[in-house]
Amino acid sequence: MSDMTDTSGPVLAADGTPLKRSLAKALRRQKLRALMLIAPLLLFILVSFILPIGDMLYRSVENKIVVNTLPRSVEALSGWDADSGELPDEAVFAAMAADLQEAYEARAHTRVGSRLNYEYPGISSVFRKSGRSAGRFDLESGGPWKEVLIDLDDGWADPGVWRTIQTYSPPVTSGYFLNAVDMRVGSDGAEMRPEAERIYMNLLVRTLWMSLLITFSCIVLAYPVAWLLANLPTRQANLLMILVLLPFWTSLLVRTSAWKILLQQQGVINDILVWIGLVDDNARLIIINNQFGTIVAMTHILLPFMILPMYSVMQTIPPSYLRAAKSLGATDWTAFWRVYFPQTIPGIGAGSILVFILAIGYYITPALVGGTKGTFISNQIAFHISTSLNWGLASALGAILLAVVLVLYWAYDKIVGIDNVKLG
Amino acid sequence: MAKLPPYTTTGQRIWHYTFLVICGLIFFFLIAPIAVVIPLSFNSQNFFTFTKEMLSLDPDGYSLKHYRDFFSNPDWQNAMWNSIKIAPVATVLSVSLGTLAAIGLSQPHVPARRAIMAILISPMIVPLIISAAGMYFFYSKINLAGTYWGVVLAHAALGIPFVIITVTATLVGFDRSLTRAAANMGADPVTTFFRVQMPLILPGVISGALFAFITSFDEVVVVIFVGSAKQQTLPWQMFTGLREQISPTILAVATILVAVSIVLLTIVELLRRRSERLRGMSPG
Repeated sequence: MSDMTDTSGPVLAADGTPLKRSLAKALRRQKLRALMLIAPLLLFILVSFILPIGDMLYRSVENKIVVNTLPRSVEALSGWDADSGELPDEAVFAAMAADLQEAYEARAHTRVGSRLNYEYPGISSVFRKSGRSAGRFDLESGGPWKEVLIDLDDGWADPGVWRTIQTYSPPVTSGYFLNAVDMRVGSDGAEMRPEAERIYMNLLVRTLWMSLLITFSCIVLAYPVAWLLANLPTRQANLLMILVLLPFWTSLLVRTSAWKILLQQQGVINDILVWIGLVDDNARLIIINNQFGTIVAMTHILLPFMILPMYSVMQTIPPSYLRAAKSLGATDWTAFWRVYFPQTIPGIGAGSILVFILAIGYYITPALVGGTKGTFISNQIAFHISTSLNWGLASALGAILLAVVLVLYWAYDKIVGIDNVKLG
Repeated sequence: MAKLPPYTTTGQRIWHYTFLVICGLIFFFLIAPIAVVIPLSFNSQNFFTFTKEMLSLDPDGYSLKHYRDFFSNPDWQNAMWNSIKIAPVATVLSVSLGTLAAIGLSQPHVPARRAIMAILISPMIVPLIISAAGMYFFYSKINLAGTYWGVVLAHAALGIPFVIITVTATLVGFDRSLTRAAANMGADPVTTFFRVQMPLILPGVISGALFAFITSFDEVVVVIFVGSAKQQTLPWQMFTGLREQISPTILAVATILVAVSIVLLTIVELLRRRSERLRGMSPG
């Protein structure tokens, strides 16, 4: 024991530094190297993808346009009590006249008008009409502005117009979000819109409901196929797998146009039904441009996303379990329901969340085969971006959809793990 | 499955064959819509259904006129060239960055691995319309909207999750002692990567590239918003065609795209089997 060296001192590495420190240094270097490899892509995704999403989220609450275009009026209005039921005083009208003139010169009066029109229908024409004349206002000697403005457009005599300007003057607003859930700011805080004006919640509910139906029909169709694939010999299973993978690889547009052609009133399906005699030639089925068309086409498009995870789970279940259950006296049904089915639930869960996530965000297929009754919330978002140009509302709707998807994504990560996503 | 054991009852036999029929019908549902497009594209009439001549296999019922239209119509040709110009560049971008990052992610000690992974996979999960809206707003701000590079950048971002998933899957089976052996024999990290690691993970990289390619090649939502008329791609042209004046040329385009996907699918399957065989994971 005498040749044993002093054990109380630190263990040294070859170069004389304590081993612990040397190992920590190596670990740090390893971590750094891994991060260096990831950094370019992370940066790329941040700039090209995450920042744009962040920008959209910011747009859903951003509301600088009112205070930027009408700075004097916003300041003058801050002292006005909207609940008094009276019009603001002359100072506010004078401030509005000055703002309108400046806005007209910058051609901004119509934009602020259409912004406020989302909250108070009719207000955009007030701004448009008065803006035109505001270019000729003589701010020094003109007036009194109360009469002049009301003379131009009697909308200015409506306290609701002033209340709307006051309510939407802060640079950040919840207005778009309230709008997106069919609410509005009324005289006493947020309230539901009248029944006839409620669009978006119904649309969201419809989107979720149809996605559920699609997910459910995918489960029903995928289960037998996945079972067959998992229980066939490898060679045959690989051959049949091609029938699943081919639609998976085929362009979405090709599959959608195929359904558009098949489901038409003069299309192949109706032709066959008429030929068999199931349907009269004059009473061809309307199976496109409605919810049925969307559900059929999307079930077909998303089916491979259900089959693949189910198949990979079923492959791991030993067939001997079923045989053991039967040899213990279980009937075919009991053996399946009590022994086999519970083991396939992870596959059903993984596939369902995936299909549901993909379904609620679909845009192309509902737009082409959904008509008016079979469209999704995505179609409304697209409409607000490109047609009505209400980007704030589009962003708010997008933010709500994104929130739903992220919750599901989180659940998917917890249940399946993103690392376990398999493709083909 | 292949053969029924001799002790099966009649009921079980009936159920077995009913089950096979049900599966057959589901496979039919999967493949028929795609298969129907192919013969219809050779229709000599401007109909979207089988004509009497076609059903009686009369050669006059068939023609290549929709294909001729595709190859002579400047709109379709322009769209085809735009697709061919955009997809490969976006693929190169996502594959080069994605492969590097996948190698980084497969190192043993990566801080915040789960969070990074979640961010990198997110373009696949976030609904396309939201990506499109965000990119449209943001790219307009930095003057990228309506430009070639804007579309390429957007498509590269959408393709990255596929590269990450396929390459990390290949790296799971990668024997790390090989890189250590290479380093031991004096190879620097760059040489090790290109001469030892890259050849082994190449199948995964190529299938990731094909996924990224098909993502960009088929993508329509983002390009509609981020691109301008100058970047009109094949799927975009199909989308407008289906929305407005639906012309049978779409059937010819669809058939060509099905052929492209069959080629890509074959390559991916061959690569997958090869890489599984190399790693001894599959007997076939």
